[in-house]
Amino acid sequence: MARSITMQVARYRPDREAEPTMQSYDVPLRKDWAILDGLNHIKDELDGTLSYRWSCRMGICGSCGMTVNGEPKLTCATFLTDYAPGPVRVEPLRNFPVVRDLVVDIGDFMAKLSVVQPWIIRKDEETPDGEYLQTPAELEDYKQFSMCINCMLCYSACPIYGLNEHFLGPAAIALAQRYNLDSRDQGSADRMDALSASTGVWDCTYVGECSTACPKNVDPAGAIQRYKLTAATETLKSFLMPRGGR
Amino acid sequence: MSDTTATSHVGNQPRPYRRRVPILWWVRRRSYLLFVAREVSSVFVAWFVVFLLLLVRAVLSGEDAYRRFLDWTANPFVLALNVVALLFVLLHAVTWFNLAPQAMVVKVRGRRLPPVLIAAAHFGAWAVVSAVVAWIVLG
Amino acid sequence: MPKQRIAPILWLLFSAGGIVAALMIPVLLALFGVLFPLELVAPPDHAHLLAVIRHPLTRLVLFGTCVLALFHWAHRFKYTLYDGLQLKGLHTAINTFAYGGALLGSAVAAYLLLLLPA
Repeated sequence: MARSITMQVARYRPDREAEPTMQSYDVPLRKDWAILDGLNHIKDELDGTLSYRWSCRMGICGSCGMTVNGEPKLTCATFLTDYAPGPVRVEPLRNFPVVRDLVVDIGDFMAKLSVVQPWIIRKDEETPDGEYLQTPAELEDYKQFSMCINCMLCYSACPIYGLNEHFLGPAAIALAQRYNLDSRDQGSADRMDALSASTGVWDCTYVGECSTACPKNVDPAGAIQRYKLTAATETLKSFLMPRGGR
Repeated sequence: MSDTTATSHVGNQPRPYRRRVPILWWVRRRSYLLFVAREVSSVFVAWFVVFLLLLVRAVLSGEDAYRRFLDWTANPFVLALNVVALLFVLLHAVTWFNLAPQAMVVKVRGRRLPPVLIAAAHFGAWAVVSAVVAWIVLG
Repeated sequence: MPKQRIAPILWLLFSAGGIVAALMIPVLLALFGVLFPLELVAPPDHAHLLAVIRHPLTRLVLFGTCVLALFHWAHRFKYTLYDGLQLKGLHTAINTFAYGGALLGSAVAAYLLLLLPA
């Protein structure tokens, strides 16, 4: 096996250039090295000016998402050897403004997360003395959607978000469903306005790439389709029983 | 909400770089191309409705009109159009039934049915409907 | 953010049309569009087909197929132009064409399948 691999890394220094350029680095090709280890090698040994985000190195923090050979990937969970003999192209996440090099502006996603009120909403007057109890079956209903690590790979994979930045997007809708389907939650009516707005679920045309890109098998595409059915049923009900319910 | 993010974080420095989505964004990736092909299948669904209504009108107009309709369908251009339409409609059917279990959660006695079973049920229904329709048409 | 009243209904029509189109169209198009013209299968005679089409249940099923399939087309076609060709700026013209076409086609289907044979 070759002892090194070429990494083509996107550079963008807003003080120096108008648009990103690619810069090549040769890094050791070790079988236990992920793309992120290659970037760390560049930063430590070859070029200290390279900027990128990372933290846990174990697929939990969701910080190190980038575009690797055109695909949205967690760079800590994507191995250099899978791209041998190379070169391997590392670019920032698509569909987000690039702040510098491989760092994108995640402000839009952060704003969207809070729009769907991703916390347990209770209508009771008083807080109970103990916990809200839940059966394993009730846990199973939403558990899949609770695995999201906010890495934004789904936004990067979604062409609809790329075309329309106002679209609420995969992770935010999946997270809304995580609480809507939680037996302890009573806030699905509060989330409905954001979800069924023109920028909510109806913008999605089920490309399905969000679920393909998701490193945690959250299946946002499935969550969105299921919510469409829920919202459509609610609308029908409100037509049939204008006074009843919401 | 996102308009404000364009200038955040960077202070006096130039704006963050925004990549424009090319008009033909879907040609460069297989999965996007397949998605657009799936969406385009709807045009052939509409064509089929036109074709079906022409058939119905011909049959209701009498035996001669029906014969003329059959001759027209053998025209190479019409035949080629229908072969292409059939391929797109098949793409629609297969993708539709494959995606159905992702959007549908069916529970039996509190347990979620495995997605494979839901897809299989859809394909089974497709086979039955097709057989019944063919049997009725062919008599 | 305006709450959508019409979008869910149009989506339900799209979905129903998607199922109906997937179930009904391949077999009918394969028979009348490909197998009969290629003479791989002999087409039914006129009297038989007329009897089938005159049956109230057939007329209802075919009418439902036409209407739902047309609304399925309208929805997908609209989004194909919006996203595939980035023509969202023309949404008024696109909506008029798509849903106007679906309504017009439904009217023709109603005339041919519900009024004429009765």
